[in-house]
Amino acid sequence: MVKTIVNMENVSFHYGNRQALSKINFQINEGDFIGLVGPNGGGKTTLIKLILGLEKPSAGNLTLFGVPAQKYKQKSNIGYVSQKANTFNRGFPATVTEVVAMGLTAKLGYFKRVSKQVKVKVEEAIEQVGMSAYKNENIGNLSGGQQQRIFIARALVSKPKLLILDEPTVGVDAENVEKFFDLLHDLNKQNITLLLVTHDIGTMTHHASQVVCLNKTLHFHGNPSTFESLSKEQLSDFYGHPLNLVTHHH
Amino acid sequence: MLANFFEYEFLRNTFFTGIIIGIIAPLLGTFVVVRRLSLIADALSHVTLAGIAFGLLLEKKTGTPLITPFYSGLGFSVIGSIFIERLRSVYSAFQELAIPIIMSAGVGLSVIFISIANGFNTDLYNYLFGSVSAVSRQDLYSIFIIAIIVCAVIYLFYKELFLLSFDEEHANVTGIHAKMIHFIFILLTALVIAASIRIVGVLLVSSLMTLPVAASIRIAKGFKQTVIYAIIYGEASVILGLISGYYLEIPPGGTIVMLLIILLIATILSKKVISYLTGRKHRVRDEVI
Repeated sequence: MVKTIVNMENVSFHYGNRQALSKINFQINEGDFIGLVGPNGGGKTTLIKLILGLEKPSAGNLTLFGVPAQKYKQKSNIGYVSQKANTFNRGFPATVTEVVAMGLTAKLGYFKRVSKQVKVKVEEAIEQVGMSAYKNENIGNLSGGQQQRIFIARALVSKPKLLILDEPTVGVDAENVEKFFDLLHDLNKQNITLLLVTHDIGTMTHHASQVVCLNKTLHFHGNPSTFESLSKEQLSDFYGHPLNLVTHHH
Repeated sequence: MLANFFEYEFLRNTFFTGIIIGIIAPLLGTFVVVRRLSLIADALSHVTLAGIAFGLLLEKKTGTPLITPFYSGLGFSVIGSIFIERLRSVYSAFQELAIPIIMSAGVGLSVIFISIANGFNTDLYNYLFGSVSAVSRQDLYSIFIIAIIVCAVIYLFYKELFLLSFDEEHANVTGIHAKMIHFIFILLTALVIAASIRIVGVLLVSSLMTLPVAASIRIAKGFKQTVIYAIIYGEASVILGLISGYYLEIPPGGTIVMLLIILLIATILSKKVISYLTGRKHRVRDEVI
């Protein structure tokens, strides 16, 4: 039986008087690779904040692994790579290994030191993203795409079941975006469920197993080929403004 | 040359205190610098000055030291750190505003206390610029206890402090009590400043926290190495600065800070020379190929 990781029933959220999300119903099941798209201000980041437990739904039910989100304590089961990961202070003196080890801070708990077994886990995570050759480099010396891989390794080191990525390919060049999606594909094969927020619809539809389009309400939830076959008018209607879907052919 | 330092108790106290603050100031200073909070040290040192002036005033008015200037300075520093934290949350969009507010409060209070007391003797001068003769055995014990607290807390909360310094947002997402950790960090800063003032003085205490890190960050790989190199720079300058200050009859704050500046310039220049030479080697190799 397929396990449900995230379940949303009629979830709504308001910032003061402004409605950010209205009556969202959807599920993320184990093994899914979901591409989350929608216009800016359409509620994508809010949806992530709800899943991460940083905000509480104004109405509706949100459960994580069957437990109400606010009561869910095993946060290490959900990995998160933020949009801001590539805007950190590049001069910060931290090696790749030190940055990835940060991903275990919460899981280890207070007063616990980084042991040898923990170091092995850190090395495994660095290897998982193909960056072992750089493990002793300062993170500021790496390229944008390499840094993004390190932040993914930091999210992976606590062995999450769900990995959320918020626009991870911003500022990464086209060739590396493709490599990046290959990495996500590999992770998904290793049974890591993925929720990817992106504006790069064309590339995403080639890799994701499902597409979710959000603009305050859920406008679309289905497979990528159906999403690509939507008419220009339908897409523009979802986005609230004219939209041309650019697809990549390889 | 070191003989005098071990012959007289007051010099011995100073020497040991110097060794202790040579460790704790750059240790905490590394976190202060990477969090871009270098000016907090300045704000807190001026608040500490107000506390010291308050202690000296009490001493002058009552004739007996009810509370030593060291402890009144420490108390003010801790209270100042709490206020900085409150102000940082009040002005969440302009967090750096907390620093000039607290700094001017510190200077204002100091001026008031000093003028009520109709000026002070050389004690105040010692607190402003540091002194080799100002450390009592009692002070040394207090500073030693502060150092143990600081090192123990950093040891226990190292990974949380490191995560918070690197990425506050991620710390919040993973469920770390970022506010509590930050508060502990500010309290530690207040303790280290109060402990260091005896030797380097109010006006130069922030230098001992930031200059060793400024030099270390140029050559270190990773955070742990940055901390270790910063402590080596700090320790070298404190020991040499104390000895030369004593023999040249200059307040040690000045000699320590100027040694740090020299070490910093030497580090920057030698790094430039090394990268020029290695770059040239690569260029020569490329030409040969």
